[in-house]
Amino acid sequence: MTDSLQSNEPPKLNSVGEFFAQALAIEVEATERYSLLADQMEVHNNKEIAAIFRKMALIEAEHRNEIARRAGDALVAGRPASFSWTGPDGPEAIDCESVHYLMTPRRALTLARFNEERAVKYFEAIAAAAINPQIATFAAEMAADERNHVIWVDQWLDQLAPDEAGWDDDPDPPVHSE
Amino acid sequence: MNMIPNAAKAFIPADYKSAVKPVWCPGCGDHSVLISFQRALAELALPPEQVAIISGIGCSSRIPAYTNCYGFHGVHGRSLALASGLKVARPDLTVLVASGDGDGFSIGGNHFLHACRRNIDLTYVVMDNRIYGMTKGQPSPTTEPDWDTAIAPGGTGLSPFHPLVIALASGANFIARGFSGDIGGCAKLIVDAVRTPGFSFVQILSPCVTFRDDQQKSWKNLVHAAIVPETDDPSRAARRLMTDDGFNTGVLYRGHRKPYQPIPLAHSAPSHLESEFAI
Ligand SMILES: Cc1ncc(C[n+]2csc(CCOP(=O)(O)OP(=O)(O)O)c2C)c(N)n1
Ligand code: SF4
Ligand SMILES: [Mg+2]
Repeated sequence: MTDSLQSNEPPKLNSVGEFFAQALAIEVEATERYSLLADQMEVHNNKEIAAIFRKMALIEAEHRNEIARRAGDALVAGRPASFSWTGPDGPEAIDCESVHYLMTPRRALTLARFNEERAVKYFEAIAAAAINPQIATFAAEMAADERNHVIWVDQWLDQLAPDEAGWDDDPDPPVHSE
Repeated sequence: MNMIPNAAKAFIPADYKSAVKPVWCPGCGDHSVLISFQRALAELALPPEQVAIISGIGCSSRIPAYTNCYGFHGVHGRSLALASGLKVARPDLTVLVASGDGDGFSIGGNHFLHACRRNIDLTYVVMDNRIYGMTKGQPSPTTEPDWDTAIAPGGTGLSPFHPLVIALASGANFIARGFSGDIGGCAKLIVDAVRTPGFSFVQILSPCVTFRDDQQKSWKNLVHAAIVPETDDPSRAARRLMTDDGFNTGVLYRGHRKPYQPIPLAHSAPSHLESEFAI
């Protein structure tokens, strides 16, 4: 559902605490989504892609912990909001419907890159719209973190050969009952 | 609709996740519906042990295993019969029912009519992929008449079933439609459905990427938020649902019918029940 880099309008944030709750919720969702996709690939025996999504989940988990540390006492009470997005899905979560059981590392990483880029745009938009200067600074920091993720995924992608045609050909495909 | 005793405790979606990994095909819409269930339960702040998720048979009906609420993966087409019995006996539980278009409208069609008519306080979520996914792609009651496959060459030529119209005509108190790709939107519909007393029916268009990949591509672009607000007037809702394009999403009808909940038996000890059967 998330085809556009701008599918999530930045929310109106009134305090630094609200900003961190939102940022934390994004990272929690990204961690969970990558883990879920890794599980799916494991169940379908695509171990190479499972390992990529597992690694992405780990990176997002570290980012989540780092944000919690940066937020310190500013974090509003309670756990992060579970679905406060204005778009259909979180700004850093891969669309569940865009994966395939035979997907290649290049396809998995291209999805991850798109996702990280959406997160950059999301935080840049928060920084640009913020009236509170502290929110603007923190949002710019987050955008920079996400930009580093994009660079890192790009480096990974550079090491991969292009996909061959017919990557999704299954020699034993699921067939309709005759 | 249950009162929430410990609403102060905050839950997150992961609190409702079981240790069982879903076996659905990667890309199947049901993965997203599962996340919507978990988000909805977190929003409702319901402790997992106060929730029961009942299902029948089909890919979609596997949902109970993937949550750590109480669950019952029942008999094909009988999820509503099981859930009705449970809710009547244990009104303190929040009971959600998960089904597919085959389970719910084909073999379970009769139960669907009478569950709407009885208006017991249940939330019925049907993941509609217009196909029997689990048994490899036979046409279901919601399949388009011209869907041409090896198993139905040239299409079935049969007029599809209109679940929302039938739910309204049969007495459902809440009728909504969502699209699995809109995880947050579906979570909100489930929250709304649970909070509305009586029988709540939520159809979620949930693509089968293995046997109906053609539809996944187009549904994403076809779904749209209903342009008119929800109504509590059954005749307006009937007109709207009869002319519906099948892709309007949101709450489409919310009535005011009182849920059916019989008064619990005064003597419910097993010996009392046995005496009732004495010849
Ligand atoms: C009594 C009985 N009849 C038939 C079947 C075979 N069967 C299993 S699942 C299914 C259809 C499921 O379709 P749907 O509810 O749409 O679920 P989906 O797999 O598409 O999610 C059928 C006919 C069965 N399990 N039990
Ligand atoms: S067969 Fe279809 S409905 Fe079943 S898990 Fe696969 S994609 Fe989903
Ligand atoms: Mg089906």
